[in-house]
Parts: sequence; structure tokens; C-alpha cells
Amino acid sequence: MLTTARDLFRYNREFRVGTLLTGFIVAFAALSLVSPYPPQDTFVVPPDVSPSLAHWFGTTSRGQDVFWQLTFAIRNTMLFGFAVAILSRLISITIGMWSGYKGGFVDRVLMSINDTFIVIPLFPLLVLFYFVMRDKMSWPLLALAMACLGWSYDARLIRSVAMSLKSREFTQQSVFSGMRTSEIVLQEHLPYVLPIVFYTTMNNMNWSIGLEVTLSVLGFTNIDTPTIGVMIYWANQHTAMVAGIWWWIFFPVLFVVILFIGLFLLAISMNEYIDPRSRLARMGRMSG
Amino acid sequence: MSAAGTPLLEVDRVRMTYVVGGLIRRRGVRAVDDVSLRLEAGNPEILAIIGESGSGKTTLARMILNLATPTAGTIRFRGADVTQIRSNRQRMAFMREVQPIFQNPFEAFNPLKPIDHYLFFSARRFAGARARIDFEAKADKALHQVGLSLAEVKGRYPHELSGGQLQRIAIARALVSSPSLIVADEPVSMVDASLRMSIVNLFKALRDELGVSIVYITHDLATAYYISDRVLIMQRGKAVESGDARGVLDNPQHPYSILLKSAVLSPDDAGRPMSPADSAGRPSAHSTSNTE
Amino acid sequence: MSPAGPFSAAPERVLTVRDLRAYYRTKYFGISREVRAVDGISLHVDRNEIYGLAGESSCGKTTLIKTIVRAIRPPLDVVGGSVTFHFAGRDRDIHALNDSELESIRWRHLSYILQGSMNVLNPVRRVRQSFVDFAHRHIGKPMPEFLRHVESHLARVRLEPAALDAYPHELSGGMRQRVTIALATVCRPDFIVADEPTTALDVVVQKDVLGMLREVQQEIRSSMILVTHDIGVHANITDRLGIMYAGRLAEEGRTVDVIRDPRHPYTSHLVTSLPRIGDVTQRRGLEGAPPNLAVPPTGCRFHPRCPLAMATCRAEPPPMVDVAPGHRVACWVTAPPDKPVTVQ
Repeated sequence: MLTTARDLFRYNREFRVGTLLTGFIVAFAALSLVSPYPPQDTFVVPPDVSPSLAHWFGTTSRGQDVFWQLTFAIRNTMLFGFAVAILSRLISITIGMWSGYKGGFVDRVLMSINDTFIVIPLFPLLVLFYFVMRDKMSWPLLALAMACLGWSYDARLIRSVAMSLKSREFTQQSVFSGMRTSEIVLQEHLPYVLPIVFYTTMNNMNWSIGLEVTLSVLGFTNIDTPTIGVMIYWANQHTAMVAGIWWWIFFPVLFVVILFIGLFLLAISMNEYIDPRSRLARMGRMSG
Repeated sequence: MSAAGTPLLEVDRVRMTYVVGGLIRRRGVRAVDDVSLRLEAGNPEILAIIGESGSGKTTLARMILNLATPTAGTIRFRGADVTQIRSNRQRMAFMREVQPIFQNPFEAFNPLKPIDHYLFFSARRFAGARARIDFEAKADKALHQVGLSLAEVKGRYPHELSGGQLQRIAIARALVSSPSLIVADEPVSMVDASLRMSIVNLFKALRDELGVSIVYITHDLATAYYISDRVLIMQRGKAVESGDARGVLDNPQHPYSILLKSAVLSPDDAGRPMSPADSAGRPSAHSTSNTE
Repeated sequence: MSPAGPFSAAPERVLTVRDLRAYYRTKYFGISREVRAVDGISLHVDRNEIYGLAGESSCGKTTLIKTIVRAIRPPLDVVGGSVTFHFAGRDRDIHALNDSELESIRWRHLSYILQGSMNVLNPVRRVRQSFVDFAHRHIGKPMPEFLRHVESHLARVRLEPAALDAYPHELSGGMRQRVTIALATVCRPDFIVADEPTTALDVVVQKDVLGMLREVQQEIRSSMILVTHDIGVHANITDRLGIMYAGRLAEEGRTVDVIRDPRHPYTSHLVTSLPRIGDVTQRRGLEGAPPNLAVPPTGCRFHPRCPLAMATCRAEPPPMVDVAPGHRVACWVTAPPDKPVTVQ
């Protein structure tokens, strides 16, 4: 695994740039641990100060330092996206592989459920969720809700991989070697499925972050915890653009765009890794 | 256990019908139509099932291996109906005795896993090996029976080996459980000509030295002639001729068998002008594409 | 030998390949690999003859074919040597032609029959359309006349005119292959390249199709290179036969000579190891495996598997030597070069 990462870094430009960008964001988010200002406090610094040596990214109309606020915002946004991605991966892998391997009735039932989820309009559903939950709305709850909605596209993808693997001769060979179904799925098939899962994880993170920003900007989340979307929400509330406090919007947007691009590049750089022909060529190199 | 005289394998008037067509018009395609054969226990032999694509030979093989269920007729292994195998224990007991060899040696192994992995699993599940030492020993023994050794094979991936070596390893894996029946579906058709005969000779050795019976599925009459004891010729799902290998192939009686034999292209034909293909008994040239 | 006319002039050369080298060069993650698929091949094909090319998997025969028809794409690269066709009185080095010259040659002078006829026939167009796409511009007649010409050509491969209306999937494998043969021969090309034309077909259909191929070739007097690993096919249809091993020619000569009197140890193994109906003599396989062309053996590439290998075989690749008129072999042991090599 590590040699693969090292090789990708050295020879694949997309992976290199993607890693650097994402790494930069992660490092930035880590700074939140040493922030001098607690994230939810307001009026701790002079408001509406433009970027300067004292405040690198300026300050907001609520008297918060944009730089330090941003460290929390990007950290929370990233963690949120990550949590949704991991949870929904678990659901999509389980359903996809079970459906693909079992086939028949189980497959039909699961895919009907799957397709229903694909068709449901997510955004209105999440807004409705907010209105129902109101004060009880919390980030973990929202993450869970989004995870339960975001697994369906990738479940189908994983299912088709599982189906094609099932019909390959080496699967029969495994059966006649006495391997149990669980062993076959975990040991023989998962290595094929995992790179695709990584790709879909990056994609899913981008999707969930985008959705979170949208919901937050509109005020449909817990607006006390700073995230990128929440920062923009407050900036809109204080009509920052009209008031000329451009830095309040510019820096959150810039950073989330950097994060998006970083994740996107990581996702597409995996394409070359996933392609079986290049994998086998790499293995050929390993053996000399 | 089984009474003396219980045949090893008994295929009794077996039929496999596929339904094709949509909601309005459906018709049945008989992939295997009323085929019977019998292998005696305690008398290892090689039975060649010869046919072209669409003859149903692969479907028949799958039914014998219990990978497909016949729509009519029965298949009995050592007296027990194969389709009645339900529990895991019964399935493992069956697989211990009946093992497959597949046509494509490059597809038969997972390219992402080392080859010895299948040997070790077979040793653990079928040969009762517990510790690592045990299953390596069993794997090594099986590999020696095919002319290889564990040292040569350990840790290697499929793409590092030739088709002939892969097929030999597949045979070794099948031998780990000491099976009494091996079903080989076109085992040498994808193996290079220079390596082919070592695999074919290996099948002979399995019968003679290890007492394994082999159902050898092929379209190549020459190799069938060379190693089989009996042959069964199939055309479009039906068995058209069967009997002693040399007898049938030296002197075919059924028009299709005669046609098949005349169509064989042999290196010995060099220097003779090509004879025009006979029109008698030739299957209709205007048929639609065959299904397997 | 190609059937000579009443004036037994020297046979007319249609294709000359001289010391051809074509390698696959890849660079993955910093590691360069060079697979020497074709490594110094020289051969020639005369008019109205079928030249057979035999060899196992990864011997380089498909690469050789690709190089001859100039279907070169990276990572394949022609590293040395030449492929020269002689059409209509002119010599043409196929790798030196520009695109429009190549267009005018393809199908009119040089056509191909591939394994798996679906590669050539467009599955969403009727057979008639494929003929129009490939051949109309070369034959140049107005459409109705062209179609009549095609129909009479189809009769040669015993296909009804109704086949023109069909889609490829509606025809059986044998019929499709006959369409492919008709397609490749309708313009009466000087040279046809056939790559495993009957391998995917049933044995019975195969013999039929091969017979037709031979008939059509003789009637239009074109030359052909027929590539297949099946020695039985070569015995029945080719005039001359070249045996390829690991990117080089091991032996070449008239088919009947190469099969009845093989001189190279590899050829003699190939021919004798195949079982025949009516004969139960013990046959043996060859030790070892075809070599990895990225790291080929030194000297003669067959030496690791050869029962006759000597020290020289490991050190130096053997030259092609004439052992009889028209029959040449590259082997230090069975064809030592005390006679000078005749340049062909």
C-alpha cells in the first residue's frame, strides 16, 4: 500500500497536486487546536478589520478573527464530509456486494430499494428533516441522515463489480478449494472493489460537503458551530458583500474550493491505479 | 458404505432446457437432451465427451459438478443424487471427491493473489491439514504429482507463469483432496502446442497411477483418441454415438461422427491437395448463431 | 511452390520484409521495459502463394502482422528494417507512405481477414453497408452495378444475396467469416493478411471456410500471409511455412518440406508432438515455457528448452542457413553455416 502511494506520488501529477492541496487543508485545519479564540465566542476582536498583519484574513462583523474561525470551519466541514462518506460507504459496500453476490430475489428487492433512494430528491428531504428536528438538530444527526441518503449510486457500482467477479472462473476455483462465501468475498473480491471504493469516497465527500454548505448557507443547520457554510450564512446575515467586508466570504470560499479540487484530483488520480491493465504491469515490475 | 457395484457416476437421461423468448412467445432450447452415461467405481477410466460449440458438453459438465440443475433426469454420484446436496457438510464431501479443471488457465486464478493460496485452502478444507507445515507439505505433495514443487511456485502470481504451468498447478490443486473424479472442460485448448502433451500425458498418469477417473471434454478428436478409454459424441444436446474410444474413432458409424472425423485437419495432410468438404450430413449452413 | 504459368518466369515478389525489428516500449512508474516482439525477421511472399506463419502465444506473430499492415500504435514502435510491397509495378515501403497513399492501398491492394469477424463487421449496420463502406470507393462503379458485383462475389463463398440484407448477429459464425472473406477479396487485392481466420469456428465449419479461402485466393491470384498456431491448418492450405519462435524465424520453407522434414528441433517437436487419430504412440511435451520477450535468452532463444543445445547456442544467435533449395533453418546444430547464406 505504502509503495503504491509512494509510486503514485512520484509519477502521477494529479495525485501529487491532490495530496499537496488536501494536505495543506488538513494542516490548516489542525491549527484549530491552537486557536487563541474559542470558536463560538463573538466580539473577541475589533470587528470589520480588513486583512492585515495582526489579522491575516481580517475580522468579521461579529468580532471574530477570520483566520482562526476558518480553521474551525474547514475542520468541521471536512470532518462532517468524512463522516458521511465513511458511513455511506459501509452501507453501499454491504448492500452492493450482498446484492451482487446473492442475485435472484435478494438482488431484486435490494435494487428496488436502491433505485427508490436514487430517485428521491435529497435536498427537500433534508430541509424537511431540519424543520422536523429543529432544536434537536445536531451535526452527528445530520451526518447520519445524509449517510442514509448517499449510498445508492455507489451501491449499484459495487454490485456490478461483484456480479462480474462472481462469474469469473477463479471464483469457481475458490469454491472448489473449499472457501466459504464470506472468505471469497473478503479475500478474493474485496481487492478489486476497494480502489473503486476509494474513488467513490472522495466523490462522496465532495457531494456531502457541497450539500452541507448549501444547507448551512440557507440556515438549515446548527448555525452555532462554525463550518464553511455557516460562515457564509453569517456573512450574508450581515450583508457582508454590500458592506464591503469581502474577506469574510472570500477566504471560506477559497479554502473550500481548494479542498474540493484536492479531493477531486485524488479521486481521478486513482483511475490509473484502478485500471487492471496498469495494475498488472506494475505487478510485473514488482517481480522483475 | 456404498454397495459394491454402485457406479461412481451415473447420469440418467438428463435434460437441460433453457427458456428463451419474451412474454408472448417462449420456446425451450434443449441444451442437453436425454443424455446418459456411467462410470464404474474401482475402475478408473477417461471418458471423453466430444462436441462442437452448442453441443451441450459444457452444460453437461456443469451439471455433473453440481453447478447447474438438470430440468429432467438424475445425476448420481456414488448412488446419491447430486441435486439433493443441501448442507455444507454434504457439499464439502462432494467437492472432496469431484473436482473441476477449467479451460482458461489465465482466468482460473485471481491475478491479484499468489497461486499457492488456493493450494493451501484446499489442503486446509479437504485434506484436514491444520498447521502451516501441514498444508505446505500437502501442497508440495500434490505439486510433485504434476511435476512441480512448492519451492518453484510459492508466492508467485499467475502472470509470472505460462499457461502450461498454470494448468498443471490447477490440476495439482484438484488433486489435494484425492478426488475420485475430475471433470476437465477443454483443459488444453488454451495451452500452447509445445506444452500441451505434457498436460495430456498427465491426465493419463492420473488415471494409471492415482486411480482417478476423468471426464475429459474436448472438441479435439486427436487428443481424445490418444488418451481416452471411451468416448461420447454430442451434437446439439443429443448423444449421437458412444463406446470404446479407438473403436468409435477408427470406425465412426453415425453420419455426424463421420463428418467430424473427416473435418479434422492433420499435419499429415501436408502435400495432399485439400479435399472438397463433403455435403452429405453437413449441418444446415443457414442456421442462426449457436448458443452454448 | 507457386503454380508457375506456361512461361516459367522467376516468381513475382509481392512482399519483402528485411530484418524487421518492432519493440513494445513501456515506462510505468519509472521502470522501462522493452519487449522485443519482432527481432530481426526477413521473409518474402510471391504472387499467388499462401505463406503460413506458425508459432505459439507470445512468439510475436501478431506483432509481425501489425507491422506489415502498419497498424502501429504506441507503445509499439518499428525500430529497424523495412516492409516493402510490390504493387502495380511499384515498390512501396509501407512505413514511408503518407496518409492518402495508405488510404489508396488499403483494401484495393492490401486487405485483411481478422480473427473474430465481428471486429470487421459493424454490428449496427447491415452487411451491404459494410461492403459499401469498405469497397465502393475502390471499385468506383455506380451503386446498383457495384451491388450486383458484390452479389456475384458472394456466390463464390456460397452465400445467398439475401445475406447482404442481414445484420452480422443474424448470421452464424461460419457465415460471418465467409462474409469477411468476401469483403477482403471483393477488390481483388494483391495481398491479403489473415490472422487466425478460422480459429473461433467449429471444426466442421473450419474446413469448409478454409477451402473457400483457398478457392477465392486461387481465383483472384492474390498472395496471402496466414497466421495460425494450428499446424494442421498450415498443412492443408499453405504453400510455404515459416515457424516463429520468440520474435525470430526458426525455420522456413515449402510447407510439405517443413512438416515432412523438419530441421529445427522446435519445428520437429511441434510436428511430432501432436497426436493423430489412428496412432497411439506416446507423445511428449516440451520442457520449459515460451520465453519472456522482455528478457529473452541470450544467443539462440530456444536453447533453454532444446535437447541439442551446445555452448555456441547460448552465446550467439544462429544465422539462417539454406539446407535445401527454398528451405532455410536457424540452428547451430542442425544447420551449421559452412554454406554461405543466399540473400533472398
